[in-house]
Amino acid sequence: MPKGLTLKELSKKEIMFSSGHRMCAGCGAPTIVKMVLLGSNYPVVAANATGCLEVSSCISDYTAWKIPWIHNAFENAAATLSGVETMYRSLKKQGKINDEIKFIAFGGDGGTYDIGFQSLSGAMERGHDMLYICYDNGAYMNTGIQRSSATPYGADTTTRPAGSVVPGKTEQRKNLTKIMAAHNIPYAAQASPSHWMDLLKKVQKALAIKGPKFMNVISSCNRGWRSRTDDAIQLTRLGVETCYWPLYEIENGVTKITFKPKEKKSIGDFLKPQGRFKHLFKPENEWILRKIQEDIDREWERLQKEEACFAS
Amino acid sequence: MAKVVAVTGNEAVANALRQVNPDVCAVYPITPQTEMMQRFASFISNDLVKTEIILVESEHSSLSACVGASAAGGRVITATSSQGLALMFEILFIASGTRLPIVMPVVNRALSAPINIHGDHSDAMSARDAGWIQLWSENGQEAYDNAIQAFRIAEHMDVRLPVMICMDGFIVSHSIERLEYLEDEEVKNFVGEFKQLNPLLDIEHPVSYGPLILTDYYMEFRKAQDEVNTKVPQIVLDVAEDFAKMSGRKYGLFETYRLDDAEIGLVILNSAAGTSKDVIDEFRDKGIKAGLLKPRLYRPFPYREVGEALKHLKAVCVLDRADAFGSSFGPVYLDIATSLYPYKEKPVLINKIYGLGGRDYLPGHAETVLNELVEIAGTGIPGSLKEYIGVRE
Repeated sequence: MPKGLTLKELSKKEIMFSSGHRMCAGCGAPTIVKMVLLGSNYPVVAANATGCLEVSSCISDYTAWKIPWIHNAFENAAATLSGVETMYRSLKKQGKINDEIKFIAFGGDGGTYDIGFQSLSGAMERGHDMLYICYDNGAYMNTGIQRSSATPYGADTTTRPAGSVVPGKTEQRKNLTKIMAAHNIPYAAQASPSHWMDLLKKVQKALAIKGPKFMNVISSCNRGWRSRTDDAIQLTRLGVETCYWPLYEIENGVTKITFKPKEKKSIGDFLKPQGRFKHLFKPENEWILRKIQEDIDREWERLQKEEACFAS
Repeated sequence: MAKVVAVTGNEAVANALRQVNPDVCAVYPITPQTEMMQRFASFISNDLVKTEIILVESEHSSLSACVGASAAGGRVITATSSQGLALMFEILFIASGTRLPIVMPVVNRALSAPINIHGDHSDAMSARDAGWIQLWSENGQEAYDNAIQAFRIAEHMDVRLPVMICMDGFIVSHSIERLEYLEDEEVKNFVGEFKQLNPLLDIEHPVSYGPLILTDYYMEFRKAQDEVNTKVPQIVLDVAEDFAKMSGRKYGLFETYRLDDAEIGLVILNSAAGTSKDVIDEFRDKGIKAGLLKPRLYRPFPYREVGEALKHLKAVCVLDRADAFGSSFGPVYLDIATSLYPYKEKPVLINKIYGLGGRDYLPGHAETVLNELVEIAGTGIPGSLKEYIGVRE
């Protein structure tokens, strides 16, 4: 068991993201933030891209952040934190600061996959000692559920609404975790708040590694997913169990799947409780469901083969 | 002891930055700024500064990283030109709204389209209302001196605002001039130790930077930001006085040249002021009372002081090396007109747009403009209020 990760020990730690924030009931993001901060045994300085988490957690004169926190703009959380981390190195080298501090950026999928992609890629390539956490709820939820490059195939969004001739999103999701791993960073992983111990272990592992790290965490959004608020964690669990959101890590180029469902569930189990996929269950859209299942099967196969390549 | 050198403007400012020795620098290449930061990078590679450099993937990220680094609690620099400044536009407002004392040389260059790498002021003029302090520089010496003074102004506890040091691309950045360097120790003592204010890296006292402020307090926040600007001119003067004691070189909010008893005058920024002064001397030799005003602190603009300096003239031409599309006049003209508006008796004011995209500004141009002013001063009637000069017809 990694250091400090038993429930007993965790229950003694202070939650560094306080209650009283204004995130929606049923939002995955604050749960993820709390878990990530619990996973650190060091002081953390955080940066936050503009988005739901940012606008709801620091409305002047209140802040939910009990740690130093900076919001700059939408597309630059990674660049901003790279500046903070560089100042830390500079002041440490000069002997003006002695604390061991960890640096974590939080961004939604819009601020990470799309508008913040260049900033993230640059920061990772430059090798800053930081962990970037993307909470991926699959659309621009803060501005009202617009399509992003993380939106799943077939999903109904406000800028690609399912209509009589358009069946929702007609493009595949960008595989950002793979792209980040292709930067040859020492650690990239996918996690889910449903599998909290897996998530905490990954955070702890990532923070122990020097250099740039990336974690992609599935996050439910009852407004955008058109789902029940009390299904938040259950839906992310179904995402994992259907292999829509495989849990794995790539450490120094070696892929390891960290959770393999005993029996892979049908993608319908993940899609059905979500209103954004309602139209896919009409008879004429059956081909879309088939296609989504095929895409997931193929990627899961590929991931297992990738893991097998490194198995001793 | 001052050291006399022959260097380019870029080299001079790079040397000022070395002497200031900032904690962090984030930068991206763009002509004509590139040479400055190449030189600075070589200081890092040769252990002549303590600076940690971030070689970012865009100017948007360079200023974003500067915001993070400055909030973290240290002295931060970047530099840019033209399109790079345009790409930073969004973050310019965040840097000033967050009250971060970042210092940024801007080597002025024309904006696209059409793409053009040469010097004009359309880049920094587009950013004149972004909440940054702007110091403009006629030559390499002024750029060097402004760069050193910029840190004291930006980091003043009553200011804490970012500062741009503007200098003409190529004309100054790439021309070798004679100038005087201060001793490293003098510069070090002049700028002093960086004083932290709510540093993000103070984990014992966690602070949140970049809150959401809606209709309830946004306007109060903005008004407070404007009030900070009203303190800037006096602090610029105080810093200039200290600088003069050390260097012997005097600076004000603006420079006046043979203006006190002048009847006609030019208002002009940066390198073209030098050319204009020579022509003014020729007119003075002919017995014509000509003078010049060259703004230095362009933002916040010292309207009252500029108005007082110009109100007694009969005719004034404001020469703009940038156009302000849709407003009919160049940006400096608009500010001078605003400065003079409160006075009952005031000069006739005309505007010439010159030197766009690096087009030469020649003594003949100044001569033509001054001759026109002589005529206007006699009749009190202006011809065209705004014209392009040095342009093919």
